[in-house]
Amino acid sequence: MSFPQPKPEVPQLPQNLLRTIDCQQGAVRAVRFNADGNYLLSCGSDKSLKLWSVSRGTLLKTYSGHGYEVLDADGSYDNSQLCSCSSDKTVILWDVATGQVTRKLRGHAGKVNCVQFNEEATVILSGSIDGTVRCWDTRSRKFDPIQILDEAQDGVSSLKVSEHELLTGSVDGRVRRYDLRMGQLHVDFINSPITCVCFSADGQCTLTSSLDSTVRLLDKSTGEMLGEYTGHKMKGYKLDCCLSSKDTHVLSCSEDGHVYCWDLVEGSLMLKLPVGKAVVQSLSFHPSETRLLTAMEGRVQVWGAEPEETEEDVVVVQQEKA
Amino acid sequence: MASDSDSDGGFVTFGTPLEPLEEDEPLRKPVPLHEQTVKDEKGRYQRFHGAFTGGFSAGYFNTVGTKEGWTPATFVSSRQQKAGRQNARPEDFMDEEDLGDHGIAPRQITTTADFASGRKDVIRDKARAITSLSAPIPGDTVLEDLVAPARSSMGVELLRKMGWKDGQGVGPRVKRRLCKQRADSATRAFGSASPPNGSSESQDEEDGEFLPENVTFAPKDVTPIDFTPKVDLHGLGYRGLNPLAALRGGPGAGHINLFTMDSDRTNSLFGEDRKGHRRRGGVAGQGFGVGAMEDDDEDIYHRDIMSNYDTVLGGEEPGDGLYGWTAPQQYNRTKKDHSKDAAYLGKILEGFTLASDKLETKTIFPPPNLPRDFRPVHYFRPVVDLSSVSPMVAQALQTSRGHMAQEEPSKGGRHQLDSAQRRELLGEATLQGPSSVFDLLKVEDRERLSGLRRPSSDTSSGPRQPTPGEARAAVVAAGVAAAAARASAQKALSSRFAPQAEQQQQEALSVWSGPTAQAQTGQTFKPFERTPHKQARYDLYIDQLKQGDRDALELSLDPTMTEWERGRERDEFVRAALLYKPSSSSLSCRFTRGKQDDGVEADTVEVTRDQENDVDDKQAAVKMKMFGKLTRDTFEWHPDNLLCKRFNIPDPYPGSGFVGMPKVKRDKFSVFNFLTVSESPTASASPAPQGVKPSEPGKRSRWDVSGQAGDKERKEKDPVSEFLSVARIEASGSGPEASTTDGPTTDPTVEPDTEQKDEEEEEEEEEESRPSMDLFKAIFVSSSDEKSSSSSEGESEEEEEEKEEGVRSKAGTGPQISNQLNVNTTQPAPPVSAIPSQHPDVVFKTPSGPAAVPPPRDQEMEEEEFGPRLPPPSSTLTVERRPSLTPSAKDDKHKKKCKEKHKAKKHGKNKKDKKQKKKHKRHKHKGKQKKSSRKEESSDSSSEGSDGNSQDDGEEGGGVSTEELLRRLKSIRGKNLQ
Repeated sequence: MSFPQPKPEVPQLPQNLLRTIDCQQGAVRAVRFNADGNYLLSCGSDKSLKLWSVSRGTLLKTYSGHGYEVLDADGSYDNSQLCSCSSDKTVILWDVATGQVTRKLRGHAGKVNCVQFNEEATVILSGSIDGTVRCWDTRSRKFDPIQILDEAQDGVSSLKVSEHELLTGSVDGRVRRYDLRMGQLHVDFINSPITCVCFSADGQCTLTSSLDSTVRLLDKSTGEMLGEYTGHKMKGYKLDCCLSSKDTHVLSCSEDGHVYCWDLVEGSLMLKLPVGKAVVQSLSFHPSETRLLTAMEGRVQVWGAEPEETEEDVVVVQQEKA
Repeated sequence: MASDSDSDGGFVTFGTPLEPLEEDEPLRKPVPLHEQTVKDEKGRYQRFHGAFTGGFSAGYFNTVGTKEGWTPATFVSSRQQKAGRQNARPEDFMDEEDLGDHGIAPRQITTTADFASGRKDVIRDKARAITSLSAPIPGDTVLEDLVAPARSSMGVELLRKMGWKDGQGVGPRVKRRLCKQRADSATRAFGSASPPNGSSESQDEEDGEFLPENVTFAPKDVTPIDFTPKVDLHGLGYRGLNPLAALRGGPGAGHINLFTMDSDRTNSLFGEDRKGHRRRGGVAGQGFGVGAMEDDDEDIYHRDIMSNYDTVLGGEEPGDGLYGWTAPQQYNRTKKDHSKDAAYLGKILEGFTLASDKLETKTIFPPPNLPRDFRPVHYFRPVVDLSSVSPMVAQALQTSRGHMAQEEPSKGGRHQLDSAQRRELLGEATLQGPSSVFDLLKVEDRERLSGLRRPSSDTSSGPRQPTPGEARAAVVAAGVAAAAARASAQKALSSRFAPQAEQQQQEALSVWSGPTAQAQTGQTFKPFERTPHKQARYDLYIDQLKQGDRDALELSLDPTMTEWERGRERDEFVRAALLYKPSSSSLSCRFTRGKQDDGVEADTVEVTRDQENDVDDKQAAVKMKMFGKLTRDTFEWHPDNLLCKRFNIPDPYPGSGFVGMPKVKRDKFSVFNFLTVSESPTASASPAPQGVKPSEPGKRSRWDVSGQAGDKERKEKDPVSEFLSVARIEASGSGPEASTTDGPTTDPTVEPDTEQKDEEEEEEEEEESRPSMDLFKAIFVSSSDEKSSSSSEGESEEEEEEKEEGVRSKAGTGPQISNQLNVNTTQPAPPVSAIPSQHPDVVFKTPSGPAAVPPPRDQEMEEEEFGPRLPPPSSTLTVERRPSLTPSAKDDKHKKKCKEKHKAKKHGKNKKDKKQKKKHKRHKHKGKQKKSSRKEESSDSSSEGSDGNSQDDGEEGGGVSTEELLRRLKSIRGKNLQ
């Protein structure tokens, strides 16, 4: 080639606060981008689930129907449906536009920690502290789960779905990967209660954060550890971790009010994002852009690579909220 | 063709033409669908029925002519036309539509048959028949009907002019003889079937007898050779059913010859014409009965006879007239055969000739010469199994047979030898190792075993001290054996047995009648498998032993045997029974069973055991950060078929009937499984405070040590698993604790909200010290008691707490705890005040407005939770960090908490502060515990390790001097653990 290779762009980090959304729904238990990253879902401890516009920070819809605090939510690929789980042991399938409860799925024996759609939103998978993952069918009218995965010996704290795999992290210190295509279950022993699991975007690695204040990057096929990221504090709370959209960085919540961001390959701490004084409970990375959502207490903060808005806007938004 | 339009004669017009558009005409509205109707030319509606229901309807909705009914015919006097139309034609009932172009009887000008092609054209018929055979539809000449030659060819015209008649051959006329012969063959060829060529020829033939000699006949018509290639898939010569022949009926149609050679085929081409003479009008044939115009003697009930069918393809013999006669034809070879016949002396049967070549004579060999002493008697030697018969008998038998003993091994084969015999045969030296299992045992074990073998009545079970169940079984067995001994002594049936044999018998009985032996059936070793009878007897013996039958041996022996044989067998059985006695009685505790024999339950045990065993290795691997093979397990897992469908994935195990993991028990979360899981020293369920901390089991020991009388409800806050494990330790699964797993979860929820705070404080305070078992019981056996007591405590809270403190320090939870408490008292205020901050929220703000975000149920719910906790709602944290909070954060909090209550904000805060101070005063030393426990409540508080965690978290939450506090706490904790 005659032309020199273009220099790879230095990956940007979401270090600028774009806006703060005061959700006014108690503590925000989880914050999630939707499939395309234009909207965000905030799960409140006041039993409500709220849909916001990320770019403007406006409240679009409030979904109420849970009996207790909402712990996790997910949006379908076509943005037509939402699912959320709650401490009231139910999983609810919502219609986005009308805000009505499409289906209320009961069956878990304890609070439901995590919920996910599969790729085509035909199945809802929910993990609960009763140690089971239940696969709910959204296509049929049956209210029984298709299958109950009860291999976990303790509560299931986190769960992710890929095309044909199901990754669950359990408090029994094991990460389980159910491979539907192969019909196999791979159990990785971590020895510390798992708080969050993620697939990498390329589908080759899994990221697990556990209560020994360590985030580990494991090779999916062999279970070998590719990276270990420490420095943050995660000892008692169920906090999230995630990978950046291009798998360049590992991000994790911390109990010291920061979001830690490590380089994936080197494992060095790249950024310690001061979110606030309390525990950063949840975070979510934009599916394509460099944008990060953090949830602390009752606020959701949107972080971007470069400041795109002036502070006044944020203030205006906040005043609107108030 | 026919057309009704004048301008273009070749076209047929359907429907009504569109009216030509005019220039200025406004656009007309389209006709609505319900008005788009079809009318005939008279204006009547035509309702279309659909293609398969008859097209347009007729009449008035298919019923009558008009809405009013049938139009009555006007009376017309038929006086003048009486002789006129007598019989009505179909056309009389047709209207003009039917007679129209597209009706059922169109009126059109056609060429009638009279004008078609002169006379009746046989040639054309012939060609037509040929084409009909090769037509796509056999027998139907569609194309022929459409394309009709108007006239016959010129050649035919010329022939006619020359005197040729239809049906005749072309050529010079022939004499009668030839003609007759041909006719003969024709009649023969058709056998019993009526000759199809019954036309002019047969008629000629019939009266040909009387014809004079000089009459000549036209030659037979030469049938055109059919060169149509065979394109159908029928068999050779099969021409299918000719509808013309089949439907025509008549006497000749009884049998339809489906098989024709080419000659026959062409014959049949003329069949229709020739038969035409006999054809009568009307429908005839089988199934239609005898018509008035038919003869009665016709075979209306058609019976098909086999002579109608050809047995040989081709059918027609070359003219010898010997149908089916296969004898040598003498007249064919008259000349050369005569010499041979003459050479044979004797009468040659009619129809036979001499054979041309002679048959070879078979040589017969004489039988072999028998030896002189051969006796034609076979003696069947009895097959004697040496193992089933006593050696003496065997020897006797062998000697009687003249065989000696060395034949026996070869008969049985080397497989029947045991290792010692083989060793002797091979001349090998004996191995040096121990000869039996008993040599491997220690001396005392051997003694114990021998003691077990000689249960001398009641005293035998004394020295043996295996597992309690075993001992029980042995005692029972010994009792049974004693009774057996007595009974058998009375009977004295086997008086000739030594007392030692008697004892062995009883021993076998005691062994086999034990409860363990009853359990395992069907897997007993079969020592006499080679001799089924003996094995059956042995099985009977074992069965009766199992039932505790005393004289099992006598009953099971064969009464027909000699006394001596029975004695042998008796010995053998007893020995075998002792040898193959159920292993569980003495040795089974040392061996695990094979996996194959285990049921589902055992399988699951295996799985869990494996995991537990692995956990240590895995932990070590994790410690060394050697993730990978060491920490990974891969299992077979069956997804549900529907799940695969939903994921668009083929089912990996299409045939498997189950889902999930094959080996894991379903009710994995039953209480006892749960107990075993939580018992495992890894305590993986608990968030280990210091990562992989080796002092986990130490914690349990502290549990047990610290179980003192003083503390009460702290245990409520304990996670279920912890409680269960404790309960299991205390009372091995029997107590009510094991069953009341729900206790801790239900109990807190019934607490009244107002007292919640107090209880929580108490709980927090008791977090550090471990409760005693009776406290657990007290709480979980009856929750109502606990409730009432707690309510009473609500009032006299402080006194009780003081008391409890005293008790606790006295009861010796250890100096560590008191020390710890002291440490807590020395802690700086902010963390302490921070902790109860949520309670003020709850207590004070709930009455004041809707601002209380976390409902009071919060704590109750979260008490039952497992796993990592959720961070506390924002309010508590903000309050916790109040000293360091910026005003904006405060505002935040207040905005959230008390939206409408702006005025009361400050007030509430003051109250809160006061409350906190008060609390602080009250439980100086308990601040830390409170904090930690509150955190636990607020989130999950489930796992064992969370105690340590919570404390740490509490430290963090304290915000001020956290580091030092943490250090101190850890040192205290470490001491505690030791």
